[in-house]
Amino acid sequence: MSIKPFAVAALVTAAALAFTGCATNEATPAGTGSASGSQTLTGVGASSQKAAQEKWVADFQTKNSSITVNYSPDGSGAGRSAFIAGAAAFAGSDRPFKDEEMGAGKFAGCAADSNALDLPVYISPIAVVYNLDGVTDLALDPATIAGIFAGKITKWNDPAIAATNPKAKLPDLAITAVHRGDDSGTTNNFTDTLNKLAPTVWTEKASDTYPAAFGGEAANGTSGVIQAVTGGAGTIGYADASAAGKLGKASIIVNGKPLQPTADAAASILDHSKTIAGRDANDLAYSLDRTSEGVYPAVLVSYAIVCQTYKDPAVGALVKSYVGYMASADGQKAAAEAAGSAPLSADLQAKVKAALDSVK
Amino acid sequence: MTAKLSSTPVGSAAAQPKPGPDPKRPGEAVFRGLATGAGILILVILALVASFLLIQGGPALFADPAKLATQGYGEFVSWVLPFAFGTVWAALLALLIAVPVAIGIALFISHYAPRKLAQPLGYLIDLLAAVPSVVFGLWGSVVLAPAMLPLFTTLNSSLGFIPLFAGQVSGTGRTILTVAVVLATMILPIITSLCREVFLQAPRLHEEAALALGATRWEMIKMAVLPFARPGMIAAVMLGLGRALGETMAVTMVLSGSRNITLELLTSQNPNTIAATIAQNFAEAFGLKTSQLIAAGLVLFLITLAVNSIARWIVARRAQYSGAN
Repeated sequence: MSIKPFAVAALVTAAALAFTGCATNEATPAGTGSASGSQTLTGVGASSQKAAQEKWVADFQTKNSSITVNYSPDGSGAGRSAFIAGAAAFAGSDRPFKDEEMGAGKFAGCAADSNALDLPVYISPIAVVYNLDGVTDLALDPATIAGIFAGKITKWNDPAIAATNPKAKLPDLAITAVHRGDDSGTTNNFTDTLNKLAPTVWTEKASDTYPAAFGGEAANGTSGVIQAVTGGAGTIGYADASAAGKLGKASIIVNGKPLQPTADAAASILDHSKTIAGRDANDLAYSLDRTSEGVYPAVLVSYAIVCQTYKDPAVGALVKSYVGYMASADGQKAAAEAAGSAPLSADLQAKVKAALDSVK
Repeated sequence: MTAKLSSTPVGSAAAQPKPGPDPKRPGEAVFRGLATGAGILILVILALVASFLLIQGGPALFADPAKLATQGYGEFVSWVLPFAFGTVWAALLALLIAVPVAIGIALFISHYAPRKLAQPLGYLIDLLAAVPSVVFGLWGSVVLAPAMLPLFTTLNSSLGFIPLFAGQVSGTGRTILTVAVVLATMILPIITSLCREVFLQAPRLHEEAALALGATRWEMIKMAVLPFARPGMIAAVMLGLGRALGETMAVTMVLSGSRNITLELLTSQNPNTIAATIAQNFAEAFGLKTSQLIAAGLVLFLITLAVNSIARWIVARRAQYSGAN
């Protein structure tokens, strides 16, 4: 019997919490100023931006103590649908909206005549990591990488690998190619790279889900891939370069030059790519050109998607200041330190700033 | 099962007052109400879980296959079947490893070990049950999987003609056989504890009679303990199976899962389990994909329900002619 009062108290507390939870949600559907003067901004989207967003949120809230920013890393797809439904003031997405998804009036949180804007804010090189005893330097051309991950090149001493690594002592060992078991923007960009650079070998289109037809070993999440590659023998995998740790990172040979996944080589991809034609001048959705000279091809570019004009100007002002911080030199530097991303070039930072200045 | 075995001895029932509310003792009524309420509560919870799965998973269950192919993970039955197979397959393998060991440990504790050793050993086994599954998952992927590699290579080269050990050995050791070993370790304490309790309940008189007739220790166990304990052992195994079927974290962390049905134990291409599939994909799923994952949860719920029903049925059937009466 002595338990009962406690149980009742717990129930009441739980109910109270639940109700306040509902109330908070209802009061701030997409992020508004409330009566007390504190303001909330809600973003939903890509988990690739998670580490960077945590840092940005912390830094931003330190400077603007009256503003609360919530970023839930539910995934790019969830972010885009939340943005369409008006449940998020901005979305984080590993790809921009497609042409058919764009259009004035399609977004509940934006004004009726407003389209969305795709702004690149986060660039991360994807490294091809490997664990092979006695080999510390490995250069692979895209066709070989595609062959390995497609299960067509199965031994480390394959002539295709030996051709680009004449000095390495390649063992007669089976290759275990590790890929992401969960859906991921990293997989999407990696498979897109292989599809663009070695279309005859990598016949599948870019996809968040690793193509089942190619087999290989699955691991859960970036850390799972790194762990599997580290723990195995003769393993190779792909993951955010910042997560590679002590693992060897293979150079990808583009136009005859081996390139390491450095920040500069990755970030320059946007300087060599064109924005998608036929969109507003302020929309910075890029169609990535992964074949340019000196550009590391396996790069993930993640976007912040915002409205041109918000229904609620207060939300627009919040988005402008927060996303503005994300794309600023300080914000990019903070993300590079916290998440190992490649900072946007100064030129691109200026473009994003100009685009945000047009947001209302 | 244990509750049944440890219930009042025969004959003492008559001495007890008849159950039922007694107006002079309000405590009786209150306790009766609380107990009944708890009993009803479990049914309500089960019904709520089932209806949650049905309602949330419904959109995927009744969706047009073409729509499911573009917005979900593909046609439902062909999508979920490999995972359902993987779930049952991994759990069965785990049982195959765990049950003999668990019964051995339980018999050792109950009938072979000196008293001084038996008690601490019992505590240790129970302690194993308290280890969180995420720790087992870490251990499985960081320590066990690489350690299993040499064994896998040997099995493959010497016994590769058996389909189970055929195929290209995984370079990381993160196969369904490793998962089975991890799962076996996780269900070992449950099966051991229950079996130990049941073995200890074996009637002393039967055991002594067997020994008096000249039976050896093993013959005594075979004649007096095991027949008596069989329903309890089955119940213990089924509880272990239930845990193995639903285990999520350890499988997610250890298994290199894919969507295929294969009996090969040593390759990179292992059938994933339902629970691990949900855990891996739920974080990034939305819309119809979420529904489809929840519908997969419904399938897992049904599998577990079926397994438990079968266990109940076996126990009920066996109880009538076991050594217990």
